[in-house]
Amino acid sequence: MSDKPKVAFYWCASCGGCEETVVDLAEAILDVVAAVDIVFWPVALDFKRRDVEVMPDGSIFATFLNGAIRSTEQEEMAHLLRSKSKRLIAFGSCSHMGGIPGLANQFAARTILEAAYCDPTSTVNPEGVLPSTICKDDGHSLDLPGFSESVRTLDQVVDVDYYVPGCPPTPKVLAAALQVLLSGTLPPKGSVLAPDRALCDECPRKDSKPEQLSLAAFKRPQDVLIDEQTCLLAQGLLCLGPATRSGCEALCISGNMACTGCFGPTSRVRDQGAKALSALASLVESKEDAGIERALAAIPDPVGTFYRYSLPASLLRRKRLDERAEHAVPVSK
Amino acid sequence: MPDQHPAASANSRFEPRIIAFFCNWCTYLAADLAGTSRMKYAPNTRVIRVMCSGRIDPQFVLDAFAHGADGVLIGGCHPGDCHYQEGNYKTLRRVHLLKRLLQDMGIEEERFRLEWISAAEGDRVRAVIDDMVEKVRALGPLNLNIAALEMSAEEVTV
Repeated sequence: MSDKPKVAFYWCASCGGCEETVVDLAEAILDVVAAVDIVFWPVALDFKRRDVEVMPDGSIFATFLNGAIRSTEQEEMAHLLRSKSKRLIAFGSCSHMGGIPGLANQFAARTILEAAYCDPTSTVNPEGVLPSTICKDDGHSLDLPGFSESVRTLDQVVDVDYYVPGCPPTPKVLAAALQVLLSGTLPPKGSVLAPDRALCDECPRKDSKPEQLSLAAFKRPQDVLIDEQTCLLAQGLLCLGPATRSGCEALCISGNMACTGCFGPTSRVRDQGAKALSALASLVESKEDAGIERALAAIPDPVGTFYRYSLPASLLRRKRLDERAEHAVPVSK
Repeated sequence: MPDQHPAASANSRFEPRIIAFFCNWCTYLAADLAGTSRMKYAPNTRVIRVMCSGRIDPQFVLDAFAHGADGVLIGGCHPGDCHYQEGNYKTLRRVHLLKRLLQDMGIEEERFRLEWISAAEGDRVRAVIDDMVEKVRALGPLNLNIAALEMSAEEVTV
C-alpha cells in the first residue's frame, strides 16, 4: 500500500445525500484518489468493519462521518473510527447538528417505534411486536442494534476535530475542506470548515434587502407568487439567511427558495434556532399582541422551522418528556 | 447560591428556581424600590440586570432552562416607555414566538413570563414574583436533566 494519507467515509443516521456529495465531486474525485487512499467507504466500496478493526490506532489520516447517532451500532462505529483516525470530521448537518433525523427528538423513542410498527394502516401487528435487541427463533439467536431515546450529534458521542456543514455539503465545500486538511496548515480544532459570515453576505439578492425591514405578516411560500430578484425576507418569506452560515453560495435562494438553515449558525451563536427566531420575530411591524400573533400565524411549527437541522445541538436538546420513566423499557443485554 | 436544587431536600416543599431578567431603567428600579420599601416577596428569583429587555437574547432564556431554572421572568418598561424607544417592542415580538416554541418543547406556558413594570411599581414586582413562584411551584421542577445526555450512552429503549 502507498504512503498516501488514508481517508475513510462512513454514514450513520442520514439519508445518503452526503455520500452523493462525494460522488458529485465528479472528475475532481480523481484528484482526491490521486492525493489519498480511501480505506473505508461502505456505501461505495466493499470494506467490512473487520477491516477497520485491524487497522492500528490513529492510522487513518481523516474520517468523514456523516449522519447523526441514534443506534448502538452507530455509536460503536463512531468510537471505532475515532480511535483509528487522527482527525474525525463531522460531515454534513446530521453529524454536525443532528439534522433532519434530529427532529425525532420531539417524540419519545417508544412513540416513534409504535408509529412505525403498529400504527400504519398497512401494518398488521395485533400483538404490537416492536423490534428488540435480541431475537430468538428456532434455536437461533439474532441480535440487533439498540434504539436510543434521543438523537445525538457526533460531538455528543465522541471528540470531533472539524465540521463540514450542509444538507448535504456542496462538492465545493468538501473539496475545500480536503484541501485545507491536506495543506498541513490546519485551522483551530473545532472549526467549521466554511466561511464565518451569515448567508446574506453572499446572497445574490442582498442589494434588495431594505436597510430597515418591517413586516406586516410572514407569508408561506404556497400563498404568494415569489419574485425571483427581491430579497425573500423583504417579500415576507421565512428566510433563515440572516442566522445561517454562508458557504453554499445561496443555492436554495438561486432556486427561488428561502434558506432553511442547513449550514448551521456562525461561530458567535450557540443556538441556531433561538437566534433565528430572534432575528425574524424582531422584523414584525405590529406593537400589539393581536397584530403580532397575526403576523406570526404563518409560522405554525417554530421547532420544525428554526431547528430544522439542529434540534439535538440546541440548548434544550430535545422535547421534554414527562412520561419518560413510564415509557422506558429495560435494556435487554 | 447552593448548587443543589431546592427540591433536593426531601421533606420540604418544592422551591422553584426562577431567573428574572430586569431592565435597568424600569423593572430593576422597581425591584430596588420593593427592597428599600421593605416589601416581602418570595426569595426564589435570581435577578439579572440588563440594560434593556430588548437585550435578552432568546438564547439566554433557553440557557437558563437548560441550566436548571424552573421558570424565567422578563421585566421591561411599559410600551411607549422604553429608554431606547423600541427595545421592549422587539422583546414582545420575540416572546410571542418563543412562548410557542417552548410549549412545543414541552415547557409549560407558566414557566416563561413577560411583564411590564415601571420604576414606580415596587408592589407589582412583589405581586408578579409571588404569583409566578406559586404557579411554578404547582407545576413542579422542570427536570430537563440535560447533563445526563452529555457524552454518555443514554438509556436504550429497545
